[in-house]
Amino acid sequence: MPNHPQLLVHDHRDNVGVVVVENLTAGTDILGVVTEDNSEIRAVCNQDVPIGHKVALRDLAVGEAVIKYGQDIGKVVKPIHRGDHVHIHNLKTRRW
Amino acid sequence: MATVNRTIWGYRRENGRVGVRNYVAILPVDDISNAACEAVAAHIKGTIALPHAYGRLQFGEDLDLHFRTMIGTGANPNIAACIVIGIEPQWTQQIVEGIARTGKPVAGFSIEGSGDIATVAAASRKAKEFVHLASAKVRQECPLTDLWVAAKCGESDTTTGLASCPTVGNMYDKLIPAGLYGCFGETSELTGAEHLAAARAASTEIAEKFMRTFNAYQQEVIEAHKTSDLSDSQPTKGNIAGGLTTIEEKALGNLEKIGKRVSFIDVLQPAEAPARGPGLYFMDTSSAAAECCTLQAAAGYVVHCFPTGQGNVIGNPIMPVIKISGNPRTVRTMSEHVDLDVSGVIRRETTIAQAGDALIEAIVQTANGRYTCAEALGHREFVMTKLYRSA
Repeated sequence: MPNHPQLLVHDHRDNVGVVVVENLTAGTDILGVVTEDNSEIRAVCNQDVPIGHKVALRDLAVGEAVIKYGQDIGKVVKPIHRGDHVHIHNLKTRRW
Repeated sequence: MATVNRTIWGYRRENGRVGVRNYVAILPVDDISNAACEAVAAHIKGTIALPHAYGRLQFGEDLDLHFRTMIGTGANPNIAACIVIGIEPQWTQQIVEGIARTGKPVAGFSIEGSGDIATVAAASRKAKEFVHLASAKVRQECPLTDLWVAAKCGESDTTTGLASCPTVGNMYDKLIPAGLYGCFGETSELTGAEHLAAARAASTEIAEKFMRTFNAYQQEVIEAHKTSDLSDSQPTKGNIAGGLTTIEEKALGNLEKIGKRVSFIDVLQPAEAPARGPGLYFMDTSSAAAECCTLQAAAGYVVHCFPTGQGNVIGNPIMPVIKISGNPRTVRTMSEHVDLDVSGVIRRETTIAQAGDALIEAIVQTANGRYTCAEALGHREFVMTKLYRSA
């Protein structure tokens, strides 16, 4: 699929992106697009990641904020490496 | 811009509002009057019964909301005429009088003292008369911006915030400055984005009103009733399957529905009709799809735009619900529920502005009479919001 991005990132401040293709497998070298200005980025994924799920764009330590839409969407609860699947196993809400 | 001058073919009602459907509603005041209403609707073609679960021994603010929802539903411009049936005459009459203020034909019947069969006979005779009146109405050309268009998203995932919610936002950015009434709600699902929502209020006074509403929900409902964090409910299992991890992430995607430019001009109570003229309104609602849509229809909204990621199947009995999805898997696996496919946005083949134009086109077609997926599939979820236990 030429030029179709596999990952979309809302904002340049974000440290995660969203997989927007099905069947993305571990080890894929990913083409990403930052939607705020359509700039391209490269990323990796360390696991098979389903469509709609997040991939880390850099290493994140426990307690750090995960940033998406340029906003804090919760805290890291297990160390995350660049390319890791980010979801309920390593990211938790700060609310409730 | 071309959209500003677009017209639709709608039903101009007695009070000047424009409807896009032409129902004769058979409205029960209370749960025990559902059977009579359904009997009338089965008997007289062209009518629609709106059965629900409540209406007995409610009191205080909860009773006010019940009456507001009943009257608002009957008053909605998508309804040409209305039959109201209740067990007792007083509350029945109160609802009849509320609906009659729109000028539309309405009649009430109470069951106590005569029983279901005689009530159904009398109400059927009146319903037949109303069906003749309604079916003689002819659609007229009306400005597109005379419509009241509500929005709420459901079974959201990360594509919702990337594609389908910004599509609705783009439509609002184009039509609200031209005179459309808009509405968003989902008080709990703004958690984590409440600061951004408050910043979109038209004045400091409205921002403060919004934050009072938001904080009251957090304290009086969530903090008062939660047994753990809400991670088993908010995000839902479907949201999590779709990649959403936290309520903050879900809320930020949700807020994309209100676009980039418009401010909201008032904060409405559940089912409260907007009263500050054209513009965007925030309504204090549940985030459950059927409850939110029912409240927005009761406030007078006649078309609904519903972004979904994982595939919510919601419909409403009196207000057509247009489903928009940007998730290519959902568009493929649940195509019968998706009115507008905006998955081109995440492939970067379609811009948000183009998707917004396509949504405006879908609104025009729906307003002109084309069935939505939910209408064709018979989705008629009518779910009243209840604030606390009855007496």
